[in-house]
Amino acid sequence: MDEKSLTDEEIKKIREDFPILKRKINGEDLIYLDNAATTQKPKSVIERMENFLKNSNANIHRAIHTLGYEATTMYENAHKKVANFIGAKSMKEIVFVRNATEGLNLVAHSWSSRFLKPSDEVVLTIMEHHSNLVPWLIMRDKIGINLKFIKLNKDGVLDLKEAESLITKKTKLVGVIHASNVLGLINDIKPLREMARNVGAKILVDGAQSLPHIPVNVKELDVDFFAASSHKMLGPTGIGVLYGKRELLEEMPPFLTGGDMISTVTLQGATWNELPFKFEAGTPAFVEATGFDEAINYLESIGMERIFNYEKELERYVYENLNSMDFIELYGHKAGDNLAVFSFNIKGVHPHDAANLLDKFGIAVRSGNHCAQPLMNYLNMDNTLRASFYLYNTKEEAQKLFVALEKIYKLFNR
Amino acid sequence: MSDLLDIDPLMMDVIIEHYRNPHNFGELNPCEIKIEDGNPSCGDQIKMTINTKEGKIDDIKFSGKGCIISQAAASILTDMVKGMDIEEAKKITKEQMLENLIIPVGPMRLKCALLALKVLKKALYGKDFVGEEDD
Repeated sequence: MDEKSLTDEEIKKIREDFPILKRKINGEDLIYLDNAATTQKPKSVIERMENFLKNSNANIHRAIHTLGYEATTMYENAHKKVANFIGAKSMKEIVFVRNATEGLNLVAHSWSSRFLKPSDEVVLTIMEHHSNLVPWLIMRDKIGINLKFIKLNKDGVLDLKEAESLITKKTKLVGVIHASNVLGLINDIKPLREMARNVGAKILVDGAQSLPHIPVNVKELDVDFFAASSHKMLGPTGIGVLYGKRELLEEMPPFLTGGDMISTVTLQGATWNELPFKFEAGTPAFVEATGFDEAINYLESIGMERIFNYEKELERYVYENLNSMDFIELYGHKAGDNLAVFSFNIKGVHPHDAANLLDKFGIAVRSGNHCAQPLMNYLNMDNTLRASFYLYNTKEEAQKLFVALEKIYKLFNR
Repeated sequence: MSDLLDIDPLMMDVIIEHYRNPHNFGELNPCEIKIEDGNPSCGDQIKMTINTKEGKIDDIKFSGKGCIISQAAASILTDMVKGMDIEEAKKITKEQMLENLIIPVGPMRLKCALLALKVLKKALYGKDFVGEEDD
């Protein structure tokens, strides 16, 4: 498999791996285009968790018996798998959380409590998902920090000139979404990281949308924190990852506390377990961890570079088609690199009605404000439809979407 | 299921007409009762203004934004209750609302179809409004 992208033959094989793609919705073949919300699971992931439950289930880090040992090994190996997948130095930098949201909350709460004081500044972007905005609004009220927001320039990408003026000596952290769940826009992390480094600020990246689609190496990106969710990259729900540079994680206080995250406890106090377990209080999602591990196996067996290249082809194809339909109002995709994530509306049709009708064609898309209300307001977008593609989607499916969109437009404009 | 695609095209046209040119659209000024509500999950919004006279709904107008079902339902409901006894309007059931909507709506769109009725009940019951159990 030295092809740069995925071949038709290969996509066919990939589709065979996903049982749900055989489902009929309203009598039609399912066309699943809601991958930015969550992705479907290959057989291997489902079977891996089933096998674990059938053969190895036991709580981790507590038992001397065989099952406990097996479960612990698999749980720790999943950390190592993720560390290797994203290029972290070791599993000490890989904290398992419930999802990207929890990872971002962990940074906002734990890191802030140790390193921020009133009047310090945190610089975010206008396109953050609520998960990298609301925790900082809470920290603003709790600590008295100031928040600043990098907006878009006239091309529709992050305004780096504005970023330069916002990131100052007062800035302690720059937080940025790697790829927008609304626009599909992939943000260039490097210039922001350089600006942050120049003033001694940390950089936090929300990778929920990027890690499933883009080759990511945190060492090359050289960021301080990176958060992502398993369920958006073929894995199960209930598990995600927060990468943090080891020296930072060592200095940060625990976030959630209780069992498994301690070293010693007396009635006078406690000392903390070593990394990453200091941040993993309570019984973690160890069943799901094996599924997450297997999802990475699946992605690696195909190759992230090739997945990314294939999705870039899909992105251009869908963009050119949607852009040429005069009854479609499409947002973004005019500049920069973009994921195959499209926010758009059919003129004169409310997105809820359109999504409802698309479902009749077996097509699953999202409608709403996509948990990014400030961006939607800033761009004067009301609610939109969102179609988001993944490695198992095809141009043929996109064509069926285009046909359905036109039918719906005509239904409302007879 | 809400089968917007399968329904009689004539019925669909009636609904689309309500959506494009809603009846009783606007705001009464002055008005006795003014109330607004929405479905936060989908962003549908309905505002109603009402004047009463001798125990009847003398005039009613609505404004709002949202999907075809929520807006057409408000257009149809305001037609229904204009001139109606307040006590009678208070008793309008979900089933009556859905029947008057002309087109069938499925479980995923019930909230859209029933938003206008919820706003009307809130307006008429005032402080006594308790909402539905499954709201």
